Formats: sequence, C-alpha cells, structure tokens
Amino acid sequence: MKRALIGLLTLGLGLGLAQQAPLKIGVVVSATGPAASLGIPERNTLLILEEQVNRRGGVAGRPVQFIILDDASDTTQAVRATRRLIQEDQVLAIIGTTTTPASLGMIDVVAEAGVPKISLAANLEIVFPVDEKRRWVFKTPQTEQQMSTPIVRDMAAAGVKTAAYIGFNDAYGEGWARAFEAAAREAGIQVVASERFARTDTSVTGQVLRILARNPDAVLIGGSGTAPVLPQRTLRERGYRGLIYQTHGVANPDFLRVGGDLLVGTRLPAGPVLVFDQLPPDFPNRQVATSYVQLYESRFGIGSYSTFGGHAYDAWAILRPALERALRREQTTNLAAFRRVLRDELEATRNVVGTHGIFNMSPTDHLGLRFNEAAVMVEIVKGPTGRLEWKLIRTFR
Amino acid sequence: MDWAIFSFLAADALQNGTIYALLALSLVLVFAVTRVILVPLGEFLVYAPLTYVWFLPPEVSGLNLRGQIPGTAWLAAAMLAGWAFLERKSLRRAGLLALGSLGVLGLAWWGAQGVPLWLGWFLAVLVVLPIGPASYRLFFEPAKNASVLTYLIIAVGLHFAFMGLGLVFFGPEQFRLPAVWSGQTQVGLVPINNQAFLVYGFAFLSALGLYLFFSRSIYGKALRACAVNRYGARLSGISPSQAGYVSFSIATLIACVSGMLLAPLISPAYFQGFLLGLKGFVAGILGGLVSYPLAALGALLVGAMESWAAFQASAYKDAIVFALLLPILFWRSLRSQELGEEE
Repeated sequence: MKRALIGLLTLGLGLGLAQQAPLKIGVVVSATGPAASLGIPERNTLLILEEQVNRRGGVAGRPVQFIILDDASDTTQAVRATRRLIQEDQVLAIIGTTTTPASLGMIDVVAEAGVPKISLAANLEIVFPVDEKRRWVFKTPQTEQQMSTPIVRDMAAAGVKTAAYIGFNDAYGEGWARAFEAAAREAGIQVVASERFARTDTSVTGQVLRILARNPDAVLIGGSGTAPVLPQRTLRERGYRGLIYQTHGVANPDFLRVGGDLLVGTRLPAGPVLVFDQLPPDFPNRQVATSYVQLYESRFGIGSYSTFGGHAYDAWAILRPALERALRREQTTNLAAFRRVLRDELEATRNVVGTHGIFNMSPTDHLGLRFNEAAVMVEIVKGPTGRLEWKLIRTFR
Repeated sequence: MDWAIFSFLAADALQNGTIYALLALSLVLVFAVTRVILVPLGEFLVYAPLTYVWFLPPEVSGLNLRGQIPGTAWLAAAMLAGWAFLERKSLRRAGLLALGSLGVLGLAWWGAQGVPLWLGWFLAVLVVLPIGPASYRLFFEPAKNASVLTYLIIAVGLHFAFMGLGLVFFGPEQFRLPAVWSGQTQVGLVPINNQAFLVYGFAFLSALGLYLFFSRSIYGKALRACAVNRYGARLSGISPSQAGYVSFSIATLIACVSGMLLAPLISPAYFQGFLLGLKGFVAGILGGLVSYPLAALGALLVGAMESWAAFQASAYKDAIVFALLLPILFWRSLRSQELGEEE
C-alpha cells in the first residue's frame, strides 16, 4: 500500500514535470564528416547532461530538451539546421557548432532572429569584436591567441631563437599562423618559414624541404585531427632534429594511434582537462574536470574522453545558471523577450568554473577565459607500459 | 633551389606521379573499353588498405577490431548478391555469384580472426576486388549504350555513395599501416623509403603486364577491338559486357594494389581517394583518355608540378597545379576529337 502510494506520488511528480513545457535548447554539432572526431564527444556529452539534468528535476523544475542536429562539418548545412531550430523548434538558445567556418556562418542567422548562441569552435573572430551581430554570440573553447602564448613561452624557455610554421590551408591553419606569428614576434622569436598544407594531402615533402632549408630551432604544426601526423613524419624522415610543437587540435587518442612512436617528445598546449589527473591539487578547475571525465567515462569507457566534449560541458555550465536567472525575470512564452533576457544573463556570467577554465563574460569579452587557467603545456611521452601518454610539463598560474 | 633540394623534390614527384600514373592507366583502360569515366576508382584505392586494417593484429594497428568483419566485405557481398539476382535466368551463373558473395564474407571472417600479415594483405585485396566488376554490372550495364555524360553522372553518384559508405565503414580518422618493406635506402643524396620501390616495381609490372595483355592475349585483343569500335567488335563475336567486366576488374585490381602499397607512406583515410583519383584523371585527360604512354607522362608532369608548387608557394599548391594544367587541357580539347565522340 505504502509502496503503491509512493509510486503514485512519483508518477504525479513526473507528470507534473512533463506537463511543464520543456526548455528547448537547439544543438548543432559535426557528428559526421571530417570534424566528426570533435563533434561526436560534444554530442555524447550533451546527451549525458540532458539525461542527468532531467533525472535531477530539470532546470527550475522544468525539463530540458536538447534538439541535436548534425551539420556534417558543412557550413551550408549548419546554417540550415540553425534556421530550422529557430523557426520550427522555437528554441531558447543554440549551442554549436564544432567548426569555425560553420560557426561564423551561423552568426547572421542567430543575430537576425535574436537568439543567443554558444559556439564550440576555436577562432577568436566568432566572438570578437563584439558588435551588433556578435552580441548574440558566445563561445567556450580557447582561442588560438590564448594557446599561442603558452607555446611561445615554452619555446623561449627552451632557448628557441628561430621557428617555422606549417598549418592547414583553411581557417584553422590561417588563424594559428596569425596568432603564432604575432606572439613569436613579441617574444623575439623569428618565424623563418610559414607553409600550408591541405587536410587531404598525401605528401608535404615540398613544404618540409623549404622549412629544412631555413634550419629553424623549432617547428609548429597547425592542424587538427590526425592529418598533422604527415608533416611531423616527413620532418623526421628528412632528418629534422629540432623541437616539434603541435596545437591542441591534435589532443585526441587517434592522433597518438596514427602517429606512433615518432611523436615522442612532441609538445602541445591543451585544455587542462586533457591531463586532469596530473594537475596540481590547487588548480582551480581540477575538480570540475575530474568529475566531467568520470561522468563521460562511466558511459563510454575508460580513456574515451577528449578535451572537445569538455567544451560542450562548459557551454551548458554557463548556459544553465543564465537560464535559471532568466526564468526568474521573464516568461518563456514571451519568446523574443526571453531570448533577450537570456542573452543579457549570459553576458553577466561570473566565476563559472568549467572543465577548461574560469568564465568571466563582459560586454566586450564573450569568451571570458584567461590562458592561465585555460591552457597547460603537455608533452607526448612513452608510458611505463610502452603506450604513448600525455604528460603535463608546465602550467602558467 | 640547389641540387639537393631539386633531387628531393624529384623523388617526391616520382612517388606521387607513379600513383597518379597507375590510376590514369586504369582510367584510360576503363574509358577506352566502356566509355565510363570511373570516378570512384580513388575510393577503391583507399578501401583496400582500410579493409586491411581490420585484419591487422591489435598491436600493429593500435585498435582492437578482432573478430569484426569490415564494412567493405558486406558491401562486396551485397553487390555480388545483387549481381546474382540479375543473373537469375541462368541458374549456374547465379549460383556461382551467390557462392562468391558468401565466399567474400568467409574470407573477411577468416581475416578478422587473426591471420599472418601477408595473408591479411591478400585477403584485403580479394575482399575489395569484386566491388569493381559488380558496380559495372549493377550500375553501368543496365544503362547500355548511354552517352558518356550519363555514364559520368552515374560514376559521380557512385563516387559520393562509396565515399559516404567509407566514412560509415571506417570512421573519419586516418590509420597507420605496417610497411611491407620497411627502412630507407640512400640513392645519391636522397633517402628513399623502401616501400616506394615496391610502388615503382608494381607500376613497372602493371605497365609491362598491360602491354603483354593487349598485344599477346586473346582477351586483351578483344578489349582493344571493343575500344576501337564496339559495334564492330560485337559483330565479330566479342561481348561488350564481358569486356566491361574484364576492364573494371583490371582497373580495380590496379587501384587496390596501388592503395595497399601506398598506404604505409600516407596513413590512409576514407576521404583521401578522391583527390588521388582526380589527379589521375587529369593525367589521363592529358593523354586524351586514349593514350597510355601520354597518360603516364601526364601523371609524372602533375606530380612534378605539385612538388614544385608545394615548395615554392604551398598556400596555393592545388590552385597552381590546376591553373598550369588549364592551358594544356584547353589545347588538348581543341585538338582532340575522340574525347566526346560516340560510336
């Protein structure tokens, strides 16, 4: 009898929760296509979060619904998905997307409709400068500028005087070229060569020869996924003995698998979540990063986490309190007004600790990260079992 | 540019050019016999090594795929089964094809149980090979006597389908394959991967094999007859569909083996086939899609331009390569009549 009563009560509660219209959040990620290795962990993270949030009673008593669409790493499809989310699904806010070009393409659409958006892509141009359109746009991943500073500091500490750059011939590679060359100039490091290659290239011998002819102390490879293995292998095969740096775009297990032993000694900047268990005990986001990794691994297996899912986790980490505050100020039925209030509350984000750093937004800064907490230097080493591992070598606090 | 850099670039150009040449030869062969521009050839090239990854022991590939049958095996089996269905009027042929369909799955299952490296190598080629002739039977044969343009549209559609399937089968990332012959050999100033010598050797053997095939064997002569005039060939008792299967099989075999030999040098991924195929196609066009030696020369030219452009101005590499090719293509299209000619 008692049990039946409790059952009835929980059912009633559940119904009560279900009767409340869900808070609809639109999500666009690249779950297929070349950026899939970034987009899949982002999607997985949001799926776990949606389940966890609703199991614990939703946001302000209302269930949350993530409407997740795949853009296949393609700008046109990302824009189409954004339109659909805004017009048909009437979402309160949008999280996405994975890649920089597609995130830039979405800006016009969300600004026109007045929907706040949190991008998961790296480039600074997505949120800077904050103008009439970009006032609707926020993002969580570190910019190339924030990741260049640690590289240049590490190079300077290693006594590097000359460096070369080889990167993707797309927005990612160009963004890094600009950021790295500016940071290097400031630190008095001379950039003696700046080369490009395509993700799909099967040979980069020409570019590598040009770099070798200038004999730099260090080379930075600006790419993501597994494609940056090719320039590194060509450099080593052609006898380059200097330091090799990669970017945080390669912080995934596939990169280690494809590259193998020739990657030992490679250095890269990364979000602290990559080496969550090696962070010093007083590192401010150690705890959040650890609990995120445990949450992810409990579902997808040990060693399955990547830093990219962390960006999606951080997007929800800043969106959730903003939603709670906005719900106190405005009805969701008054959609346009609610979206405006939500935007203001996102801009008012203070001291939100995420997996990748501490977020402090302002009317001129829609990222709100400092590189001190958001970046650490990592080296690829051979672990005791012979497997390649990420080893923390430097923090900047 | 000094002598050392020049010789390094030349070695790079030779390696890339040889692969383009192999693809160009296959494309010319298929086009001459069937009027099909086989765009998905590049996909066959990456399918074979990616299938091989599924047959590798975990400590070599870095993945635990033991016991999983690669998607390409299901594709090949399904296509052979479809072929068997189309041949249902002849019980013997349909039966053989159905048996082949099961055979492919059996080979893939065997490979997935863990086999020596060399055996897995051959199994991978055997598993992917039927996809070529089966595509001819399923997609091109029904459009008998269609125009070159119709064939091209079908081929482009197939390319997108196979590339999408490649993503489904193998995922978005690259793979590392063991070299058949590891290490480097010093040639003059340039250390050359031993694996690259295998590519050259295979290119030489294929060229020689094709030459002997066309000049000495009755099948080869029949193919040539088909290439010269399909109608006349049919009148003399040569079956154009038979010629189609043979040419598709040879082209697929060359693409698969090239892919297997190239893969340890490039870390293959599903998306890499297309650009290789495209450059092979451009090389073939330089030979007017009819001349084998010109296609091979064209391939080396494309490889050389690519290396040179990568060294001089890497940001504009592909733009430079294709821009330099434009005048040549223009000149060729003015001169050559046979390209768009129907029978």
